[in-house]
Amino acid sequence: MNALPAFPERVRSALGDGRLHVALGRATQALRSRRGAALASLEEAERVRDLARKARLEVLADLGAQLQRFEERLVASGASVHWAESGDDANRIVLEIARQHAVKRVVKSKSMATEETHLNESLQHAGLEVVETDLGEYVVQLAEDRPSHIILPIIHMTREAVGAVMHERLQVPLSDDPKTLAGYARIRLREEFLRADMGITGANFGVVETGAICLVTNEGNGRMVTTLPRVQVVLMGIEKLVPTLQDLDPFLKLLARSATGQKITTYTTLIRGPRRPDDECGPQALHVVLLDNGRSRLLAGENAEILGCIRCGACLNVCPIYKSIGGHAYGDTYPGPIGAVVTPALRGLHGWSELPAASTLCGACRDVCPVRLDIPRMLLSLRRDTARAEGAPLGIRLGIKVFSWIAPRPALYRFVARAARHLLRALARQGWLRRLHGPAAGWTAVRDFKAPAAKTFQDLFERRQPPPARATGSTPGASAGALGGQE
Amino acid sequence: MSETVQLFHTCLVNEIEPEVGMATVRLLERLGLKVEVPLEQTCCGQPAYNAGFHDEAKAAARHTLRVLGATAGLIIVPSGSCADMLVHQYPLLFQDEPEWLEKARAVGARCRELSQFLAERWHSMPGPARLAARVAYHPSCHLLRGLGVREPPLELLRAIEGVELVEVEDQEECCGFGGLFSIKQPEISGHMLERKLQNVTASGAERLVACDLGCLLNLGGGLRRKGVPLKVQHLAQVLDEALK
Repeated sequence: MNALPAFPERVRSALGDGRLHVALGRATQALRSRRGAALASLEEAERVRDLARKARLEVLADLGAQLQRFEERLVASGASVHWAESGDDANRIVLEIARQHAVKRVVKSKSMATEETHLNESLQHAGLEVVETDLGEYVVQLAEDRPSHIILPIIHMTREAVGAVMHERLQVPLSDDPKTLAGYARIRLREEFLRADMGITGANFGVVETGAICLVTNEGNGRMVTTLPRVQVVLMGIEKLVPTLQDLDPFLKLLARSATGQKITTYTTLIRGPRRPDDECGPQALHVVLLDNGRSRLLAGENAEILGCIRCGACLNVCPIYKSIGGHAYGDTYPGPIGAVVTPALRGLHGWSELPAASTLCGACRDVCPVRLDIPRMLLSLRRDTARAEGAPLGIRLGIKVFSWIAPRPALYRFVARAARHLLRALARQGWLRRLHGPAAGWTAVRDFKAPAAKTFQDLFERRQPPPARATGSTPGASAGALGGQE
Repeated sequence: MSETVQLFHTCLVNEIEPEVGMATVRLLERLGLKVEVPLEQTCCGQPAYNAGFHDEAKAAARHTLRVLGATAGLIIVPSGSCADMLVHQYPLLFQDEPEWLEKARAVGARCRELSQFLAERWHSMPGPARLAARVAYHPSCHLLRGLGVREPPLELLRAIEGVELVEVEDQEECCGFGGLFSIKQPEISGHMLERKLQNVTASGAERLVACDLGCLLNLGGGLRRKGVPLKVQHLAQVLDEALK
């Protein structure tokens, strides 16, 4: 992989990309309105969300025991279970499985876990042929690009751009008609499904009680990947468990509605074990790789809640920051608000602390999350950890130190505020400042700054009334920190 | 005896736009309330808190709790963001300090964001409210999603005879202010602001109204930079003008 440019560079290049904003604006708008309508069609939607949240938090609180039971049921169903501490471990395990079964060609259905471990690169590096079969991921692979959305990997591309990539890479006639383009992919992918030795999927949910893997898909490629090749591998994060089949209910209701605005996806697949003697199809071997990759550490901290995420992507579609900078600027597998929490939590704050900082804490993500993850709270906790570990730019750090010193000292506070007010007013023209310096320069980079008023509110308020009988005043020199509201 | 309320005027109102505070006082007094201003108040500490400096935020928060804790009656806050800080964030900030947590909860329970409070009491507001203006309302994020106050500001604007409320596309999307975010990430902030201002100007509004001075300074500063002569006001100023 090429070295990742720094966050400000990633942001700048995204902000300058007009086509990106056209594509993002259209797509997120459509997804938002479809989600709204789909959720409105759900009876007692708020109660279902509460149920889902409760179920996720309960599983997380008891994850060790749940995982043990899940492993037992998986083994009983005939699957092999592997534990991967890190992404590299996971890739090594999958490669070993491939070698053990003499695999040459791999087909994949869409999986965030495999994106997280960079499994494709690892398998290709070892000489395997790997083909993504989700339409969006297939285009990403053809374009040698990266996904920029959890649900719609090519949300950043216009259909004209997709047509151009297919034309160039598949030698098909140029088109910008989505149906025609999907048709091109369908023909190619059919061949790939039939030739493949191994199918790799993620998992939307693992059902502890039965050891079943639940996949929620739309294009039918997931079914092909899990039935045609002779070997199947499931790579899943350890957090994706639900206790019973019945517990799937609120999640199946919420996931499609939140992700794509559908009441239910085209395919809901439950896989239990490899092919049995009287089965007509299915893989001869099923391997389930359970991926930790920082999740246990996350589970032990105050942001464990984020592991409740069901990867619907709804938070991306409402996020004004995502709308401005797109998915690639987040720099890693998970973009948007969820990425701003998950990435630093999984990969460490160092090098990733700008993600939680790049937010207005507007709360749109929390409102839309089907399991009500309090993402703004978690962003604040990561900012606190950043301030402790790395500090902040000197100007801001100094400013905040001074602030915390004067805020509890009203007389001093008034004195400093008055000085700042006079200075700003002296520099202002017609009541406005076009240019500020130091840490505040960012403000006037994009907007004017309104100069403070000549008199403060307290000045005006005090003047309009007969002087009230007060114990303490607000004039400079009054005892700092003294109490006493006006009587 | 008339009911006494405390005004937590916020630092921005005090230093930059005192007329918002004066309009608030006049509105509350029209309702027959006695308005007290605890003069020792400074800033709630939100800038430090949002930047991750919790110890520094606590210094400001403790002071605010001491000052407000020594008063009686409801505490009126003409800012959704500062009210959310007092009501929701202080208890998080002091979750491991039982003594301060208790103080924070007591003060939080007395806090009312201005529009929330006015909508509850509007029935006893004397005199007709009249103002001929096409108004766009911007729901600030911490008011809307932090405090869950969606309808009250709209109800108040609708209560003014002559006000035409216009629809703004993506009305509930953030304006890009975000406190220190606006100076730390000026490019992203500016991009969000530009999107918001395009939607606002396309709405045909003559005035842009919100309940948070931070957002208003961002929006107003952006409009001025673009040379768009649109009047930017706090809800309190509009209501006060309509009742004059």
